[in-house]
Amino acid sequence: MIRTLPNSPAYTLGFKFYVILYFSFLFAPLLVTCILAFNDSQFPALPWKGFTLDWFFANEPDRVGIFHDQINLTSIWVSARVAFFVTILSTLVGTCGAFLFEQEEFRFKQALYFLMITPLVIPGVILGISILIFSNTLGVFFEESLGLDVRLFGPGFWLVVLGQFSFISTLVTLIVSARLKKFDRTLEEAALNLGANRFEVIWHITLKFLSPAIISGAAIAFLMSFENFNTTLFLVGPEATLPINLYLQVRDGSTPVINAISFLLIVCTSTVAVINLTLSRKQR
Amino acid sequence: MRLPRNHPIPWTLVCFLTPVILWLFLLIVLPHIDLLLMSLRREDATGATSWSIANYLLFFKEPIYWLTFVRTAIYSIIVTFLTFVIALPVAFYITKVAAFRFQGFLTMLLLLPFWVSELVRVYGWMILLRESGIVNHFLLRFGILERPVEMLYNDATMVMGLVYTSMLFMVIPLISVLENLDDSLIEAAYDLGGTMWSIVFRIIIPHAVPGIVAGSIVVFMLTLGNYLTPNLLGGKNSLWFTEQIYNQFIASFNWNQGSAFGFLLLVLSSLVVWAGLKLSGQKLSRVMK
Amino acid sequence: MQIDLSARDATKKFGEFTAVDRVSFDVRQGEFFSILGPSGCGKTTLLRMIAGFIEPTHGTIHIRGNDMAGISPNRRPVNLIFQQLALFPMMSVEQNIAFGLQRRREQKVDIRKKVEAILERVDLPGFGRKKIDQLSGGQKQRVAIARCLVLNPTVLLLDEPLGALDLKLREQMKVELKKLQHQVGTTFIYITHDQSEALVMSDHVAVMNMGKFEQIDTPQNLYNKPSTPFVARFVGENNAWSGTVLKESDAFVEVKTDEGLVFKTKAKERFSLGQRVDLFLRPEAMLIQPDISLGGLNRFRVVVNSILFDGANSQLLASPLNSRREIIIALPQNRQYDYIEVGDTVDIGWDTNSGICFQHHETAS
Repeated sequence: MIRTLPNSPAYTLGFKFYVILYFSFLFAPLLVTCILAFNDSQFPALPWKGFTLDWFFANEPDRVGIFHDQINLTSIWVSARVAFFVTILSTLVGTCGAFLFEQEEFRFKQALYFLMITPLVIPGVILGISILIFSNTLGVFFEESLGLDVRLFGPGFWLVVLGQFSFISTLVTLIVSARLKKFDRTLEEAALNLGANRFEVIWHITLKFLSPAIISGAAIAFLMSFENFNTTLFLVGPEATLPINLYLQVRDGSTPVINAISFLLIVCTSTVAVINLTLSRKQR
Repeated sequence: MRLPRNHPIPWTLVCFLTPVILWLFLLIVLPHIDLLLMSLRREDATGATSWSIANYLLFFKEPIYWLTFVRTAIYSIIVTFLTFVIALPVAFYITKVAAFRFQGFLTMLLLLPFWVSELVRVYGWMILLRESGIVNHFLLRFGILERPVEMLYNDATMVMGLVYTSMLFMVIPLISVLENLDDSLIEAAYDLGGTMWSIVFRIIIPHAVPGIVAGSIVVFMLTLGNYLTPNLLGGKNSLWFTEQIYNQFIASFNWNQGSAFGFLLLVLSSLVVWAGLKLSGQKLSRVMK
Repeated sequence: MQIDLSARDATKKFGEFTAVDRVSFDVRQGEFFSILGPSGCGKTTLLRMIAGFIEPTHGTIHIRGNDMAGISPNRRPVNLIFQQLALFPMMSVEQNIAFGLQRRREQKVDIRKKVEAILERVDLPGFGRKKIDQLSGGQKQRVAIARCLVLNPTVLLLDEPLGALDLKLREQMKVELKKLQHQVGTTFIYITHDQSEALVMSDHVAVMNMGKFEQIDTPQNLYNKPSTPFVARFVGENNAWSGTVLKESDAFVEVKTDEGLVFKTKAKERFSLGQRVDLFLRPEAMLIQPDISLGGLNRFRVVVNSILFDGANSQLLASPLNSRREIIIALPQNRQYDYIEVGDTVDIGWDTNSGICFQHHETAS
């Protein structure tokens, strides 16, 4: 049954086989995608026609590698900028949220906490359309009553940022809260007793203690934002983020450039993820 | 114990509360109220709008709409269940069977694919399964098939893709509840003559209920609201409800109708989450940790 | 002598519950003052009121003559050593000690000098760069003390800081703490539930029970002249008898205990005949097999139930004849009583001056 009990060889072997199967299932699509990024063929498919780096570096009429592909490069840059702002915003607000729900007392705290969690159970598509509608309403309101045409309210860069921020903040709040729960509040009292004011206490003591969780929350926020599709779909303007851009290409047929981008994404996110996981494991 | 409040205004409370209130009200509460209001309005031929429940009536009148809705709900439940059945042994293996030194490594391995964009993962399945894909290539080469078969754009592939996409959100809560299950409980049950099945159903699953509920809620919600996977793997036949919403918003530019659909989806998702919590006697704030 | 701390009718209520009930006391400069009481008696609440973490519901607290009402904890000239020490784990020893000085915006050079000096003082020279989790329990203790003393507080508050240490180290730290206090001359207010800590270290001890101070006195007086039954029971070991007053004269009463023994003893107050009283007697006040010639003794016979050998603290558990009540009698280890065995009947005598009598309290039994 478990490792401390005697198990029949069939049980152990069967279980191992199942787990290996499961991991193959997990990694097969990623592995295949990566390998085909180096195939010297016009299509991301077998047979293998030899190793090439063309899909990264080539700049010929029939082959444009990712590093010369302006459209994809632009969308990567858009995604990076979106992710940057989402990370900053959601880390700030999420940390405030953690402090609010862990350390402060106020009326309707339970209700507000419930509200804070709801973005996790609202489908991303719905979040996208409701923010789209609301910003449109605001835009119409500002135009009709004040005569202002505020670009901010139309689909576009900032609306994407806000849309992703709306649910990523919940994740950051939960991550930071989890660590704040373990914080010994007598440390704050000790600092107060040694002459620090409330803000010095938070700055020197509590935030120092929280910093691993805040960094890990920020990393997760960045990755979540970078790969978000469902919410972004409805809010995106002329500047397409990478997932949207890839979606349009994948839908209309594919070239190994997509594999090359995927390969880069897989390598980068895995690195960030492994670093993040190792660090948070060390913290335990 | 609480810190004293000597100031008439609790500054820290104001500092923390303001951004959170702004966030939740401007981006969650008001947009969803607006969604509801929008769904209750109708534009006539002249462009004037009026209050109406016509958008909802249309949903029930047109079988294509409500059938898609029901289909999406049922498939989401199937996906949630399949995810659970597949994930439970894996979570159990990692927490209870695998040697301790592999535990951390296996967990990390488990998490890795999910950091990668959903789009990349779905794309991977597409190049594996399509007519000119890798699987067909090997099947042809080994003589199992004579002509390539299109494995994309059917329900089975779509369900598989959805299971794959949401797997993580089931495995992680299961691992964390099973980690808290004391090994000696299983040992005791075994010692008392329990069979494997009785141990699974009487000890492990009851203990794992909070994790199962948390995982199921998230998986169900993500599946229900997924657009990418059904669209790319299910193709034209996928008939996923989010595509109806997308069509209304982007293709037909009928925001009122789209809002009604969106609101119905939101109601369905909330209902199922609520029912799940009620049936298992859990609290949302406890489950979402 | 200057009064460093003075509380007048300090009261704290949590809803219906009164944690601290009209407590008044003065602590003189340079004094080692302890507040001794069982857990839940309100001593921590009182300490937190002095530190400023809790505002009193009524009453005032003055430090060096300044009213502390409305002064936040970070502006009070008191420092607190927490029960779990509350050293900042994310900082080195040095940074921990410098924390308070930095909050006062002192010069970097001064801070360094002061930190070094205080580390020297608490016998931890060269420990500045160490991480908190590299220190032993006793070293952590000293860092916590250094962190507060470096700020030169008017009053240093200590919240059972020895509680977390093991017995041996606790004994050692008791002596060290007392020595240190003597050297630096800072006023210490020390709260504890351990009477030995309070008695050994303090100049004055306040015994606290159910939110009130029962007695404020020197350790000697608390032990020898308890002014309430609670103090008699709580400080040191005591045997207690309930009985009724037979006779009363000047400072003495004759009491008939419930099992029929008649004792003559000091009275704490005036009693009427037939009144219910409680009589307290220290285990070491009882003489085993006293000489017949000794006068002025209450005498009775007991049967030995068991002998608890514990070196210098050895005791007899015995019951008076025809009684099931068990009393504790100190057994001096001068080899004079080695012959006593379980089941023996022994004569016991005690001086009429060593017992003490209080009016009977229902709750006290």
